[in-house]
Amino acid sequence: MEELFIIENLSKSFGNKKVLHNISLRIFKGEIFTILGPSGVGKTTLLRILNLLEMPTTGKLIFNGKDTAILQKNNVMGRMSMLFQIPAVFNTSVFKNVAYGLQIRKMDKKTINIKVIDALALVGLAGFENQKALTLSGGEAQRMAFARAIVFKPDVILLDEPTANLDPANVAKIEEIIQKIRSELGTTIIMASHNIHQVRRLADRVGILLNGELIEVNTKDQIFTHPNDPRSIAFIKGDIIY
Amino acid sequence: MDSTGFLLQGIIKAFELIFSLNPYIMSITAVSIWVSGTATLLATLTAIPLALIISFVNFRGKQAFITFVNTGMGLPPVFVGLFVFLMIVPVGPFGFLNIVYTKEAMILAQYILITPIITGISLAAIKAVPQLIIETVYTLGGTGKDAAIATLKEARFGIITAVLAGLGRALAEVGAILIVGGNIARTGSVGGIGEGLSETRTLTTAITSETSKGDISTSIALGIILICLVLCVNILANYFQRRD
Repeated sequence: MEELFIIENLSKSFGNKKVLHNISLRIFKGEIFTILGPSGVGKTTLLRILNLLEMPTTGKLIFNGKDTAILQKNNVMGRMSMLFQIPAVFNTSVFKNVAYGLQIRKMDKKTINIKVIDALALVGLAGFENQKALTLSGGEAQRMAFARAIVFKPDVILLDEPTANLDPANVAKIEEIIQKIRSELGTTIIMASHNIHQVRRLADRVGILLNGELIEVNTKDQIFTHPNDPRSIAFIKGDIIY
Repeated sequence: MDSTGFLLQGIIKAFELIFSLNPYIMSITAVSIWVSGTATLLATLTAIPLALIISFVNFRGKQAFITFVNTGMGLPPVFVGLFVFLMIVPVGPFGFLNIVYTKEAMILAQYILITPIITGISLAAIKAVPQLIIETVYTLGGTGKDAAIATLKEARFGIITAVLAGLGRALAEVGAILIVGGNIARTGSVGGIGEGLSETRTLTTAITSETSKGDISTSIALGIILICLVLCVNILANYFQRRD
């Protein structure tokens, strides 16, 4: 499989606080890779570094074979999108929210129209185009954020606990969308989650992050049936309270 | 005549002056709108970019600059008037501009007064835009310019409120423009009242001079127009605050 991200000896500190320690990881094109771990262990920080919203303190980040340190930040960021726990909603219509990434890429109106309608259909929001985005429910807003993230066909989507604040029905819908995005668009998906059950349902490969340290990376089956690290075993068994 | 009759007569005469579109009253209204409108436009063109720079750019002394802007929001108008007057009198450092007792001087004074107000309120509106919105712009491939535009769009109702607050303050201001504008009307009476068409006489400065002359009905007419203008500005501001 072809590598999309190569992360080498990456560390991140905020002041004196070291958040990520010496992370090395490879993420392959087209896979769903999940970063699994309790809250506050650095999952979001790692995603933000992958999205270039934060710069690592030390280490190397290679995207599509090129070192991000020497690439134009916008060129790299333009090929990914990231969804946060709480979706950001622009104070305008659903259509304009979803069209945003296409408009800043200066696409013509006809193309934008087609792509937005397709993206909204994919996330089950067909017919919501003219609704004010601020009137959407939490689940609908997150689905709209998904449509906005996929509409310009990024190489990778980074998901930061995308179902953390949703009810089970909306969680199911979002998980269905994640699988659809991968199967229909072939997009690489990197997801941070503390939810072991969700990771079991969605992931191809899993990396377990504890206290800023990536303690184990393996396929989902291996991680959940034969974890190697005692801390992984404790976390999966639920002995580590979070 | 008792006090009620005196007031009633003044009010009736005031409405007559307004509805007959008395040239003296209309010229004063026009000067007020022109001076305050131009000052607000220029202040807006300065304040919004300034608020964006303060929000998005880290520079040395930023906090001190914000304190300076906030202090400017409460500047006493007479002090601003005195300051501008001392700058533009013929012996002052900008005396060569030859603008003392002109509309340009009044615009300058109001510009100094309301730029901090529009900047301060716009800054608060911009700061209220969640960081998540700005980060989302970047995560969707936007540039710093895209983030600034998106922020302005999100803060638009707050910024409009800021502009209207500035306009309201400018329209109601009297001290600074009285000093630098001189409250001048041309010689000769028009429409049977006042001294002639307004040169630098605004609604507020005219009220002070007409009241001191004892022309109550003209003062009331000017006051009604002023209140109506300020009311319109406040209705608009409330409308945009509700939409926010």
